[in-house]
Amino acid sequence: MSVAPPLLAVEGLTKSYGGIHAVRGVSFSLRAGEILALIGPNGAGKSTCFDMLNGQNKPDTGHVRLLGEETTGKKPREIWRMGVGRTFQITATFATMTVRENVQVALISHGKQLFNLWGSAPNVDRGEAGRLLELVGMGGYADRPCGELAYGDLKRLELAIALANDPKLLLMDEPTAGMAPRERVELMRLTAQIAREKSIGVLFTEHDMDVVFEHADRIIVLNRGTLIAEGSPAEVRGNPQVQAIYLGEGLLYEAGHREGASA
Amino acid sequence: MAFYVVQFLTGLASAASLFLVASGLSIIFGVTRIVNFAHGAFYMIGAYIAFTLTERFSGAFGFWGGVVVAALAVALIGVLVEMVLLRRIYHAPELFQLLGTFGLTLMVEDLVVLIWGPDDLVGRRAPGFKGAVDFFGQNIPSYDLFLIALGPVVLGVLWLLFQRTRWGVLVRAATQDRDMVAALGVNQKWLFTSVFAVGVFLAALGGALQIPRDAVHHAMDLRIIVEVFVVVVIGGLGSIVGAFVAAVLVSELNAFGILIFPKISIILVFLVMAVVLIVRPWGLFGKPEAAARKTPGLTVNPWRPLTSNERLAALAALVIAATLPLFAGNYALTVGSEIAIFVIFAVSLHFLMSVGGLASFGHAAYFGLGAYGVAFLAKMAGLPMIVCLLLGPLLGCMGAAVFGFFAVQLSGVYFAMLTLAFAQIVWSIAFQWVSVTGGDNGILGVWPASWAASPSHFYWLALGVAALVTVTLRIMVFSPFGYALRATRDSLLRSEAVGINAKRIQWTAFVIAGTTAGIGGALFAYLKGSVFPDNLGISLSVDALVMVLLGGVETVSGGVIGAIVYKALNIWLVSQTDLSKLVLGGFIVLIVVVFPKGIVGMLEMLAQRRRKSSPPGSSLLAKPIESAE
Repeated sequence: MSVAPPLLAVEGLTKSYGGIHAVRGVSFSLRAGEILALIGPNGAGKSTCFDMLNGQNKPDTGHVRLLGEETTGKKPREIWRMGVGRTFQITATFATMTVRENVQVALISHGKQLFNLWGSAPNVDRGEAGRLLELVGMGGYADRPCGELAYGDLKRLELAIALANDPKLLLMDEPTAGMAPRERVELMRLTAQIAREKSIGVLFTEHDMDVVFEHADRIIVLNRGTLIAEGSPAEVRGNPQVQAIYLGEGLLYEAGHREGASA
Repeated sequence: MAFYVVQFLTGLASAASLFLVASGLSIIFGVTRIVNFAHGAFYMIGAYIAFTLTERFSGAFGFWGGVVVAALAVALIGVLVEMVLLRRIYHAPELFQLLGTFGLTLMVEDLVVLIWGPDDLVGRRAPGFKGAVDFFGQNIPSYDLFLIALGPVVLGVLWLLFQRTRWGVLVRAATQDRDMVAALGVNQKWLFTSVFAVGVFLAALGGALQIPRDAVHHAMDLRIIVEVFVVVVIGGLGSIVGAFVAAVLVSELNAFGILIFPKISIILVFLVMAVVLIVRPWGLFGKPEAAARKTPGLTVNPWRPLTSNERLAALAALVIAATLPLFAGNYALTVGSEIAIFVIFAVSLHFLMSVGGLASFGHAAYFGLGAYGVAFLAKMAGLPMIVCLLLGPLLGCMGAAVFGFFAVQLSGVYFAMLTLAFAQIVWSIAFQWVSVTGGDNGILGVWPASWAASPSHFYWLALGVAALVTVTLRIMVFSPFGYALRATRDSLLRSEAVGINAKRIQWTAFVIAGTTAGIGGALFAYLKGSVFPDNLGISLSVDALVMVLLGGVETVSGGVIGAIVYKALNIWLVSQTDLSKLVLGGFIVLIVVVFPKGIVGMLEMLAQRRRKSSPPGSSLLAKPIESAE
């Protein structure tokens, strides 16, 4: 009687720097098609935790498994090959290349054509790149140099790049940071829609509680490196411990208000 | 025992001057991020002016006054250079400042000959330090003892300057984050100017203080600049203490290397630098460099393959070039062959630099290895020319594979310095392994086979190979591999996040570039009929850099134009004037100031401006925001 392993299983993740425990024994899991928000005040260990999932950082102890397969200690590029797409808090794109070329690079890598010295790259996966750009609403920008894009568009381009390897899991580090309020809503709506259609699991960190409560299926809360709450938006909102951390910020009690970001 | 102590003290004395020059370079780099190639030139001018002053004015006051006044005068020249030249190019593409300061160095080399003549000048001894001190039967010049004491004194003064003055605090802050310092309302212009002045003052002082020890001559700039680069890199860019320790280390290596490892004495310093860079890329006392903010205005024109019209134009140019033997004499054809070979050399480096973002300072190593490969095969194995041409470049390929593996672990200036170190190691081997390479005498009698012997045939061969290489590399730029390589250049973080093994991509590019350079070198051996260590020397590496930058590093095939213009101008000037370096240097400086995107970059800009005669309609777009990395 074998039970299918969850898409992402995190088990007892721990990391300390010197005497400081950045992350202590964090465990959670994520199903396909589920959108999970990782929240917590500054310094809670969100970024450390996140970096251990995407390979940027190695945990002291603990395991990360993708569909039962160990990803702990693997390099970012190996984790990507296992079907994990990611976006960065501060966008990282190929600034001198066009928008389409940015996506093509990811597609070339996905198709294992990186060492093809002779092909004509402008024609490689051109249609697929176009489709991905249409998907994120960037179809009209395909021939623009990436360095000319506005920040919100860069975020959408990153999403297109992250989708290029047909990921099972998307890791998004503060996907809406630095965006205008309307852009935030649009980007997250888009992400949620794509995730549900393609049954992609999404894990994102976020400071904007409006975004979190509107789009997350489930929320996990970190504080001082430990997981203090987990559950649906309603459950987390009602959790007294969480309320204590975010005390004084009316936001948590009434989602939907636009009173600014928390913590 | 006493002998070794004396040797040690001599090393320490040499370190003083080296430290002065290196600390100046380090400070300038730290704040302005300019790799000041002209630093050696300032050192040299310092020595020349000090020579004149100390000859003119007698007595202790004349000497010491002369030394200090010379350094101040050169610092003033430095201020002028900074205000007139460098201020215009701080925002030019990375390394373009290197080209500008290189042009300056060329000019200075001719100017000092013009003013002071070509002969070595032996200055007078320092008053009060004319004698020698007896040390267990060995003599130590008392001036050496003075220098040994001077080093730590200068170190102390600099330390106080940086720790205890407002200016010093600003300099240290700017070294860490100059944008932030500017944002805090510091007048960046004058900070840069003053830093440059101090750096140049130190260089000139180092030169002036050498008078009693060494003759003043017009090639002393190149000799010191390489050593200074080594010192700065070993010590850690921007670290004064590091510069001091590394200066001592390098000087002692030089002093003892010749005793303990006479066979590899020249290599030793570069070997140490290579090891330091591999183990501790940021130098002994440096800190890992925070990812530099990309220069704003990075938006280059997107690269695209040639349109069919442009292809026809390129083909037409090639056909016209191929008709040269119909009307030109043998001399012109030989020049044409040499230019074609340098096109191969330049496009190989251009591929690495502009597509891969890896600026090699030692690319001549692979050019020279190709040349030596041919010479070995032709002279020792007696293979026919066509086989040699095919197999010779493999030596360049192998060299690039070994050195490239280590070099691509680093980036930026550190990559440049490691490639420089490797090139110097290869050069030293060619120079010192006389039994195999013939040392300084080279390998002679590498003559082409009869089918390629006539100047016109050889010209066609060289032209054909150059065209083939250029087209091949262009195809690679627009291949999936080329895209991946550009991706690693633009953002390592993002490349890794989309599954690209950046180091392997860059290594492959390095090997491709090295092999291509080897092809150029192989032809060069046949053109000259001989191979010398100079074929892998620093000046040839610098030539390649200049050709690439001149053509335009942000372009796809700027190397071709850069090579043709630079090489043709160079050969023509040498035949026309004794002051070829002055003119060429002036030309380079002019290009740098007027066309900071290089010749091809400028042409592209003009073409684009004409195309965009009507303003773009979509002005709704927000103004570009740089993706920070």
